[in-house]
Amino acid sequence: MSIKILVCITHVPDTTSKISFTDSDTKFDKNGVQYIIGPYDDYALARAVEIKESGGASITVLNVGLAETEPTIRKALAIGADEAIRVNAEPVDSFFVATQIAEVAKEGNYDMILMGRESIDFNSGVVHGMVGEMLGLPSFSPVMKLELNGEEVSMTREIEGGKDHLKAKLPIVAGCQEPIAEWRIPNMRGIMTARTKPLNVKEPVSVEQHVKTEKFELPPPKGQCKLVDPEHPEELIKLLQNEAKVL
Amino acid sequence: MDIYCHEHHNMIRESVREFAEKEIKPRATELDRKEEFSIELTRRMGDLGLFGMIVPTKYGGQGFDILSYIIAVEELARVDGSHAATLAAHNSLGIGPILKFGTREQKEKYLPQLCTGDALWAFGLTETEAGSDSRGSKTTAKLEKSQWVINGSKIFITNGSSPITAGVTVQLISDVHKDGRKEISTILVERDTPGFSSMTMHGKMMWRASDTAQLFFDDCRVPRKNMLGKRGNGSKIMLSTLDSGRLSIAAMGLGCAQGAYELALNYSKERKQFGRAISKFQAIAFKLADMATKIELARNLLYKACWLKQKRKPFGKEAAMAKLYCSEIAKEVADEAVQIHGGYGLMQEYDVERFYRDQRLLQIGEGTSEIQRLVISRYILK
Repeated sequence: MSIKILVCITHVPDTTSKISFTDSDTKFDKNGVQYIIGPYDDYALARAVEIKESGGASITVLNVGLAETEPTIRKALAIGADEAIRVNAEPVDSFFVATQIAEVAKEGNYDMILMGRESIDFNSGVVHGMVGEMLGLPSFSPVMKLELNGEEVSMTREIEGGKDHLKAKLPIVAGCQEPIAEWRIPNMRGIMTARTKPLNVKEPVSVEQHVKTEKFELPPPKGQCKLVDPEHPEELIKLLQNEAKVL
Repeated sequence: MDIYCHEHHNMIRESVREFAEKEIKPRATELDRKEEFSIELTRRMGDLGLFGMIVPTKYGGQGFDILSYIIAVEELARVDGSHAATLAAHNSLGIGPILKFGTREQKEKYLPQLCTGDALWAFGLTETEAGSDSRGSKTTAKLEKSQWVINGSKIFITNGSSPITAGVTVQLISDVHKDGRKEISTILVERDTPGFSSMTMHGKMMWRASDTAQLFFDDCRVPRKNMLGKRGNGSKIMLSTLDSGRLSIAAMGLGCAQGAYELALNYSKERKQFGRAISKFQAIAFKLADMATKIELARNLLYKACWLKQKRKPFGKEAAMAKLYCSEIAKEVADEAVQIHGGYGLMQEYDVERFYRDQRLLQIGEGTSEIQRLVISRYILK
């Protein structure tokens, strides 16, 4: 059975980027920042490609973003997606993004909508739930294992203090995390074919903005780290008593 | 580098960097120490599509431009010279001559297999008494009935004896004219041919995880159709191969310099003396500034040479300049990187020690720095 999978990806700063702000600390400073596919989204995409390779599936990758996100989308095509859609808009908040995804999903009639459990820039982790609600589909997150058997999906979800094993009928929405699939590096053939795969641009639907950014702040800098020789644990006790004053 | 690089070049850089960091870097020190060639990592490079990057898809390659391949070599060398050497020698010296001068039958027979990473091909040029003076070659081939009978030996041949070596292109003397001039040709020899044998050379100071061999031909008989290119065109084939090969050696120099520089940069931010990071001292900061400047210049020169080749413009002078400059700055940058590391830079557990050793071949292999200067001077004094 060949199924249709929509994989939603975010275009986020590389995890080693130096974070700073502009416009009176109301905007993220993009200057000199390297962008990547959100790592959790990368796992969702890798699982979709595994399903495609094992049983057959067509994969559409979707990003809500301006033209600057296209190199990131091409990377997803190089990893194994068949086509891409970019909704031409700044992703202002989770509700906005979820609405755009739901609009695309309604037209595409997808069997599975996969994405990361959260982005790694704003980390709200709510888009999959919102998309499920908007489409009237069951949504699951964080899914660390996903197996497809006909129309039935078996999933393992990480929960507080354990694991949750679930089954659901297609179609579903899932927010994914490792180790759902093996991480993929685009190979040269993928990069070559990605150049000619379709990347369609759609204009966004109008959505009321629910979130307004007042100000960004960096977390306080980490304190100095002191190393204690394991041969002398008494030094640790002294430091905890006299400097940290927690004993 | 947007003047020369397009979106796919950046994607190739990211992919190869990620691969090198995740798969090669964790094993590089151990393989270097044991002087061990890794079949597994070579095949993984094949899986990634790094073999035959510029070979057309109809022969099993990827059909990329030369800059794409150069970036791949550069990114491997940024992490480990040995694996960059395996890749560069195979693509430039192994695949290159077959692709450019092979008959359709030869291309169809050899190239698909050589683009997978399951098989390597070498180029046998250097002999014990024929280095920079390649016409001093003593290996011969005589035509007997419909076979070439080869006798002689080669030395310092990268990928010549690995467990997955499938064969070698040999430059040799196929005849001597009445006036004493030697007729130089190139002939393809498959590994299992009777009379052909190889021996791995050990005890190298650099590229210790790459395969370097001595090749022996003892009445080694190959079919007449194994001649690569026209009979007597061996020097032309060799010079053309070296022109392209120089670009990949230059990429190795650039990558080596980049890797050593990054090691020194990171170390200088962590290492504290007199109460602050040593990068805060002008003596160290200026070293880093000089290293970064040299790397930027080297990259511009190399990419320009690639651009010329891609545009089918003459690129021999620029290739020699890029090979000379990139290999020379690899030496200078690795040397300063060790200096910044101080005593730790002399220890095997620090990667910079390996970079310092690995750079040394680059001013010797595929034309010494002196030969590059000779080539450049001939162009400018024409």
